[in-house]
Amino acid sequence: MPLTQNDLDAILLTLKLASLTTLLLLLIGTPIAWWLARTASWLKRPIGAIVALPLVLPPTVLGFYLLVSMGPNGFFGQLTQSLGLGTFTFTFTGLVIGSLFYSLPFTVQPLQNAFEAIGRAPLEAAATLRAGPWDSFFSVVVPLARPGFITAAVLSFAHTVGEFGVVLMIGGNIPGKTQVVSVQIYNHVETMEYAQAHWLAGGMLAFAFIVLLALYSGRAGKLRAW
Amino acid sequence: MPRQLVLLLTVLLTGSALADEVHVAVAANFTAPFKAIAPAFEQATGHKLVASFGATGQFYAQINNGAPFDLLLAADSSTPARLEREGQAVADSRFTYAIGSLVLWSATAGYLDGSDAALKAGQFKHLAIANPKAAPYGLAATQVLAKLGLSEATQGKRVEGQSITQTYQFIATGNAELGFVALSQVYKDGQLNSGSAWIVPSALYEPIKQDAVLLKRGEHNPAAAALMDYLKGAQATRIIRAYGYTQ
Repeated sequence: MPLTQNDLDAILLTLKLASLTTLLLLLIGTPIAWWLARTASWLKRPIGAIVALPLVLPPTVLGFYLLVSMGPNGFFGQLTQSLGLGTFTFTFTGLVIGSLFYSLPFTVQPLQNAFEAIGRAPLEAAATLRAGPWDSFFSVVVPLARPGFITAAVLSFAHTVGEFGVVLMIGGNIPGKTQVVSVQIYNHVETMEYAQAHWLAGGMLAFAFIVLLALYSGRAGKLRAW
Repeated sequence: MPRQLVLLLTVLLTGSALADEVHVAVAANFTAPFKAIAPAFEQATGHKLVASFGATGQFYAQINNGAPFDLLLAADSSTPARLEREGQAVADSRFTYAIGSLVLWSATAGYLDGSDAALKAGQFKHLAIANPKAAPYGLAATQVLAKLGLSEATQGKRVEGQSITQTYQFIATGNAELGFVALSQVYKDGQLNSGSAWIVPSALYEPIKQDAVLLKRGEHNPAAAALMDYLKGAQATRIIRAYGYTQ
């Protein structure tokens, strides 16, 4: 197999980025999705639209704004510098932050749909049994919304693996730190190393197909389309 | 089909077939001078120019897969030679249209004082270069660092742009304090557009010979031939030199 050490590093880094992003997104996305599913506030629609933005924006838009705002002259960059954290462009942390924005809708939307599908009845029943809000969330909502959580996790992971434009704009192509598989494929194509490009690109294709196949097979028997 | 649609299609299809149009793939570092050359060429010859700017390696892949380019203005001399060898370009049509100059540039005024002092002092977090495997200016940058004995000292601070344009972007946004770009990106008529710089002495790197080549698709296109001639002429030469290239 003509994969180099850099290629293997890129694969590991990509998996690490996608795992960490998915974990953080479930933590961040669950309260957002819960709020969106339950609220009657006029803010529901604007917030929902903001969450969905990465679905329609070119990743370069996100990448460009991140590059400028996380840089030493940007708002976020000045904040992190004043906290003594330096700037996050060209770092793994920077990629995680970019990926959180990039994959947010893939976590929030399946969860929101799952929460909405549960309706009020099970929660009201739990309340009559004197379950507190946390108790009823973890013993009623989470089990009922399980397919939603699985879909959210799988899609967020897969979408982060496929991230390219954002990483290209803020990564700086540093092996082991910001050089993910999609960027490595681009490198190989640009430098005419088509054999390596084929191995990595073929691997990505197989990965994406298997993920979606598993997702659709798992869903076939279950309830609720999201 | 509604009549308006037929009319629209007729206009669209014949429009592109009648005019003498030349599609050029232009190396990213040559963007600024080419944008200055294009209107002058169109006015002088009456032909129409359509330019795509990008990385030479990417153009190579696209040309090999049937991209509709008549002419390639590469950032190196090896890609045109390779295209000719592989039968994608017209034999003996290659010529050097520009020799590139490398500059160490910072967006901050006064950061560089016309010497390599700041580079040697190493008081920076990020040094941007173009990907040396894909971009000739990136390769030249690594040659300079090696000559100055700074390859190892800068190893952990180097960030790579995929093209010379992206490298410029890293520096212009302040994300990298300094970096190596093409002189043509930051310089015109003997003056820096902004920031501060050190124009790297040409003895520190291999000459960046940028070759143009006529592609198979443009073999019988009069506009492509006219552009080849125009690039060798006095007017284009003057513009190319103004951006810091030699010839």
